[in-house]
Amino acid sequence: MSPSLRIKWCILRTSIAERLAYRADFAFATLIRFLPIVTQVFLWGAIYQATGPQDTRVINAYTYRDMVAYSLLVMVGRAFSSMPGLTTGIARDIRDGTIKKFLTQPVDMLDYLFWHRVAHKLVYYVIAFVPFAIVFWLCGSYFKGWPGAWTLLGGAVSLVLAFLIGFLIESLMGLVAFWFLEVSSLVFVYMLLSYFLSGHMLPLDWLPAPINDWIQLLPFKYLAFVPAAVLLEKYNHQQLALELGLGFAWVIVLYLLNRLALARGLRRYSAYGG
Amino acid sequence: MPIIEVNNLAKHYHVYQKRAGWLASLRGLFHRDYKQVQAVRDVSFQIERGEMVAFLGPNGAGKTTTLKLLSGLIYPTSGTATVLGYVPWQRDNAYRRRFSLVMGQKNQLWWDLPAQESFILHREIYSIEPVQFQRRLDELTDLLEVRKLVSQPVRELSLGERMRMELIAALLHSPEVLLLDEPTIGLDVVSQRKVQGFLRHYQVESQMTVLLTSHYMKDVEALCRRAIIINEGEIKHDGPLAEILDRFSSVKQIQLQFAGTEIPADVEKYGRVVERIPPRVKLEVPRQEIPKVLAALLDRYVIEDVGVQERPLEEVIAELFVRKDNPTPPGGTT
Repeated sequence: MSPSLRIKWCILRTSIAERLAYRADFAFATLIRFLPIVTQVFLWGAIYQATGPQDTRVINAYTYRDMVAYSLLVMVGRAFSSMPGLTTGIARDIRDGTIKKFLTQPVDMLDYLFWHRVAHKLVYYVIAFVPFAIVFWLCGSYFKGWPGAWTLLGGAVSLVLAFLIGFLIESLMGLVAFWFLEVSSLVFVYMLLSYFLSGHMLPLDWLPAPINDWIQLLPFKYLAFVPAAVLLEKYNHQQLALELGLGFAWVIVLYLLNRLALARGLRRYSAYGG
Repeated sequence: MPIIEVNNLAKHYHVYQKRAGWLASLRGLFHRDYKQVQAVRDVSFQIERGEMVAFLGPNGAGKTTTLKLLSGLIYPTSGTATVLGYVPWQRDNAYRRRFSLVMGQKNQLWWDLPAQESFILHREIYSIEPVQFQRRLDELTDLLEVRKLVSQPVRELSLGERMRMELIAALLHSPEVLLLDEPTIGLDVVSQRKVQGFLRHYQVESQMTVLLTSHYMKDVEALCRRAIIINEGEIKHDGPLAEILDRFSSVKQIQLQFAGTEIPADVEKYGRVVERIPPRVKLEVPRQEIPKVLAALLDRYVIEDVGVQERPLEEVIAELFVRKDNPTPPGGTT
């Protein structure tokens, strides 16, 4: 194994060990994340019921069953794209000087944070797999059966994109702390916007044309809407290739922006905190 | 050839001046006053391979800023510096493999994991051969007496134990240059001595170049022969530690123990009394008058014990820190 891969592997291994240090807290936090989906299922149930018999009523081409399936798949997408603590963690490291370990050791900070986050996600998926499987088994009737191999492959790629784009957006916001030090308001605004712009709140194809057209150009849809839409087979092959290609383009753009912010930020960094 | 070479290094910060009160905070939303702080001003020095140099100064003097510049954490405003032939702020991986920075109370170990997990990560980051790694780890854990603690989560270690683990992490890759910022800050006397003893021994063995900042003069006296004193961003002294007393202290102390239980009433005419515990007294006397004053005292009184000593280094340096403009006092030897 090359030295670079050995470092990544070691960061991954150490981060997994760290993540497992607080087993009870981690397991509790993982399970508690399923609560919102339960409320969402009930909420959509109430909305559809209020407008007529649940099974026949269609809102913007989504039946109640489609809507529950969409919400469940959005939950899967968010499990890949949400990065709790990443932005505030980077900002804290910059503010209190802990970032020095990345600058004095022969290691790349973004690489380090990336593999650290991969480890967090891997542990999360292992622990959350059983609850996820139970939820999908219980809600199996809301889906139209197993998607085809190409859809599953496209879904897997879109989930990888969700992870990469989620990581790169949140790390970029963290790097803003080189200029502003405090980014909690930025995180709050981002959470509000991404809840809407990612399709977490509503399917993006519900939005009227001019708004939807603009939102389609932004990277946020990859955080939730695109994985759900791919797995619900809302794209034909050509659209799928286009969406995934655009996603990769966003990964490159966000990666370059991260590199630029890090290089510029380090130039104005004052190594606060003694 | 010097290992560390610093020429006219300067670092200025643009610092926001915030006034107290909510009205000032409101005003700060629209208009802000900034002040230029010269943390380091045209500092120049050279350090040869294998030297252990104390970098002294009061809080805010520019010591830590200089260490941050030399470790590549920050960019200078002007001037040049090379360490091991590298410009630190270019952050060459080759440079980062050859030095270490240890800042007291700044943790680089994984808080929730045993220190050995961090050490293994360092082995990979610095590409240390497994056999060499184990040998060095055994050596360092033995020297610092923490072998039994490496499998205990870092959060459960005492401050002194954590500091020793930090030193191990910093030294595993055998750095040629070690920058130490307050390595014994907050430690109890026993831990301070252990760290001092280790650093002294290790530096002699490895011939590593060390630049040390510390507010504990005991650290400095135990470890360094040379001291660079910096105040308000400027170097005030660069030379042997022993020279500081000759240069900045114009007085010496005479300790006397009189026969009987009393101290003579007119003893003050021989010098400034700095301590009086009958029948002992400590006088401060100008250096050049020591022989004359001693002769007069011995001639006039029955004295059971006598000793002449330098003033404590800590006292002299503290005076030097508060002295603003003229580093050489009237009557000083330099």
